[in-house]
Amino acid sequence: MSSMAKQAQQRTGLLQGTLDMLILRTLLYGPAHGHQIGKHIQRTTNEFLQMQHGSLYPALHRLEERGWVSAKWETAPDRNREFKYYRLTEKGKKQLMVEESQWKQMAEAVARVMWPAAEEN
Amino acid sequence: MRWWQIKKRDADLERELRSDLELEEEEQRDGGLPAEEARYAALRAFGNPTLIREQTRAVWSWNILENLLRDLRIGIRTLFRSPGFSIVAVLVMALCIGATTSLFTVVRSVLLRPLPFRDPGRLVMLYEHFRDARSNQEGFNYNAVAPADYYDWRVRTHGFEDMAAWRYWQFNLTGERGELPELVSARGGSWNLFPLLGVQAAIGRTFTESEDRLDGTAAMLTWSIFERRFGGDRTIVGRQIHLDGKPYTVVGVLPRWFTYPDAKVEVWVPYLSGLPPDIVSHHDYHFSRVVARLRPDVSLASAQSQVEAVQYQLHLENMHAPVAEDVAPRTINDDLARNVKKPLLILMCAVACMLLIGCLNVANLLVARAAARQREIAIRGALGAKRLTLIRAQLMESLLICLAGGVGGVLVSLAATKWLARAWKDLPSAQGIHVDGTVLAFSCVLVFVAALLAGLLPAISSTGRGAIAVLQASSRSGAGNRARTAMRKTLLTVEIAATVVLLIAAGLLLKSFWRLRTTDVGCATDKVLTMGYSLPTTKYDSPAKVNAFNETLLERVRSMPAVRAAGLGSILPGAGAGGDEVFTIPEHPPIAPGAAQPDALYRRADPGYFSALQIPLLSGRFFTSGDRAGRPITIMISRQLAQQYFPGEDPLGKHLHVVPHGNADYEIVGVVADTLYQVGKPGEATMYFPVLNGEGDVGLTLAVRTASDPLALSVPVQKEIAELDPELPVSNVLTMQQIIAQSLGNAGLSASLVLAFAVLSLVLASVGLYGVLSYLMMQRTAEIGVRMALGAQRGQVLRLILGDGLRPALYGLLLGLAAGAGAVRLIQSMLYETRPLDPAIFAAVAATLLTVAALACLLPAWRASRIDPMQALRTE
Repeated sequence: MSSMAKQAQQRTGLLQGTLDMLILRTLLYGPAHGHQIGKHIQRTTNEFLQMQHGSLYPALHRLEERGWVSAKWETAPDRNREFKYYRLTEKGKKQLMVEESQWKQMAEAVARVMWPAAEEN
Repeated sequence: MRWWQIKKRDADLERELRSDLELEEEEQRDGGLPAEEARYAALRAFGNPTLIREQTRAVWSWNILENLLRDLRIGIRTLFRSPGFSIVAVLVMALCIGATTSLFTVVRSVLLRPLPFRDPGRLVMLYEHFRDARSNQEGFNYNAVAPADYYDWRVRTHGFEDMAAWRYWQFNLTGERGELPELVSARGGSWNLFPLLGVQAAIGRTFTESEDRLDGTAAMLTWSIFERRFGGDRTIVGRQIHLDGKPYTVVGVLPRWFTYPDAKVEVWVPYLSGLPPDIVSHHDYHFSRVVARLRPDVSLASAQSQVEAVQYQLHLENMHAPVAEDVAPRTINDDLARNVKKPLLILMCAVACMLLIGCLNVANLLVARAAARQREIAIRGALGAKRLTLIRAQLMESLLICLAGGVGGVLVSLAATKWLARAWKDLPSAQGIHVDGTVLAFSCVLVFVAALLAGLLPAISSTGRGAIAVLQASSRSGAGNRARTAMRKTLLTVEIAATVVLLIAAGLLLKSFWRLRTTDVGCATDKVLTMGYSLPTTKYDSPAKVNAFNETLLERVRSMPAVRAAGLGSILPGAGAGGDEVFTIPEHPPIAPGAAQPDALYRRADPGYFSALQIPLLSGRFFTSGDRAGRPITIMISRQLAQQYFPGEDPLGKHLHVVPHGNADYEIVGVVADTLYQVGKPGEATMYFPVLNGEGDVGLTLAVRTASDPLALSVPVQKEIAELDPELPVSNVLTMQQIIAQSLGNAGLSASLVLAFAVLSLVLASVGLYGVLSYLMMQRTAEIGVRMALGAQRGQVLRLILGDGLRPALYGLLLGLAAGAGAVRLIQSMLYETRPLDPAIFAAVAATLLTVAALACLLPAWRASRIDPMQALRTE
């Protein structure tokens, strides 16, 4: 296995579980279609997170199934075509808050282990 | 998300992916790439759209259902691709499931379904139970109850809410408006019987306490005679009918479903109605059945012990009469099913055995097909199908086969159950024999169990091996199939073993049936016509009138041209036990109180009875026309009575003192050879009273030995009776052979059913054997080619393949013989003069099986020996 492939796998590994949160957070800015969401996450992380479409679409459909996002075909403002736009539901907003706080706790916990000196300061 | 939205949602997903992909492509073009390259770049960035679609679809929650539908689709397609296999498999399953469902319907209806009475769980039948060895020799522990015992039980014990009694009865029903007279089966039921059972009359009412007396003339009709004879006319209630010439008032009609104790009963009268006054106070006239309802707060054991205490006291008070010591209870269901329980359970086992064989056979066919499809399965595995998915797909096939077979089987069983209920004599019908929810649920469970049984083994064995191994294996190696071949051989061995067990059971039952058929009942059975009649005392109120009728009839019949001889008796040999009486021998010292008293079956005979039936006289003389009412009273006895009670002495001139028949000493004038009262039962001591003593109101049977076909005389003889008395109905017009066939009961039916199942199983097993061997031979074509090229002779090849096929047959046979030797214990009690380990049967079964197996193997083996080595090697 090449080192590049390994890196990609590590990234997707990182994505797992947090992808839902990232999508929900992205949708906080307003409705977006799948392509936009993927691009946004990729751009915002300075291309660190390569968006895997094989993960993105299943994730979107999973979120829709759970009622955290709703989907509707709408015409894009800049292009004269319809795209499937996802938007955050009320339930989705609550879920985002839950996942965010969980993530924060997790990050803090990891940080305490990794950089104990910083904690003492 | 509902499953019918799959298509719409699928289209939606595809549109979403396409629009996003196009957008990506446009963006790439905007970045300055040429159109062609932009598309490839977009695809590269996007990944495989088909895969993405698959992965996305996987999160949809109806996924399981969709997989199931897909398996179903593939399964149906696969089955249609090989219709021959599918039809055979479905037929096998339909037959097996159908037979099992039918048998279960009967078992459920007869043994399991509670009777349609109020709270049937608390109803028990109470019988008297004698302690002496002779009463218990056949496991017969249930003796009918004497009326005085019943009344004492009812009054003196408190463990039961109530007790009711009924007794057998039959009447001449004569027409009011010139309808033909007929003999109807009747029961006398105590007034509280119907309230105790919780049964109300459909029209009118049941008996009242005041109607239940010796001169009571109330009657109830069952639904069958109400519809048949009275045309469903409701005004019959309150009107009179004539039973044995006496007027009875119909007070009610019982509901259509009420067929207790059996469907042949047409009239009910009160229990006491028509009984002789002295009989009610007797403790030794055993003719009643007692139904008791247990109190909810009392256990059966304590209620029974109360009754037993009373009974034992009655026994002590009546030391010189046959009054039982104990009481034996039996559930009302068991009581009705007493004659059919054992054969039913055995048939159920036989049918389960056949179902097992059917499943194994389908499993075998599936293994063979899995072998043919191993590459397909390996490729599917290599393309990423999980093992579970592959097993599921194969199970779906066996499930489909079993489902189709199950539907066919239930349809088959609807017809088969009807037939079985009709063909099976004395199958209790009070519960109604029909398919119900439980039976259908049972069939469903059966289908799934069969599907698992038939599908799981082949599925696991065919998916277990690595895909690569299969794909790499060339057909030359053959070695990779060894595991599967072993599996098939094991299945086959089990199949053959089960077949052997069935064959042994069938063989034993058939032999026993043959023994029964060929039993000599001790009298002429060929060309003998019989019919019964009973002279009502209202019309024939003196011995002279009774004798006049009987003697005139005999005279007329004897003078008919085709008649060789005619005789008149009460119960013919083979026609059942009738009743027995205890007696004492005045010439012998009195027997100790409490000891078993001598008793014997009692019969009536006219002077010509024994010669008409060709029962030889051993000593003394036959009755003569002088042995009639008013003359010195005489009796004849059977050889068994002479041997049993007059060992080493001459019984002629001695006397039997029989209380119920006039309380007199009867002089023994003759000894005749023994006859059997029922085929399959040991002989009993028998005493014969002269018919000409003029007693009326007793059933008599006319036996006519003819020169030609006896049934051709049935109408002329009936005409003679009608000329003498047009109001006298004739019953049971049968030949002697028909009487004996009836006495065989269902031995023939169960034997032939088990044989049918065994033969079917044998066919299934041999088809399985043939299939396995053909497949094996195909696998080894190349190997055989090489062997022959190297100089093997055709005979050697033949032996090689034959040995391959016969080995599982031999193992199966040994296994089956061992299992059969254990299983025969189950049917031991059903066998008549047949040893359960009858070596002839076992040998015959082994020979049959080996012959059939050899035949099944011969064709593939012969084909193997015909292989052209050049051809075989070239087709590699």
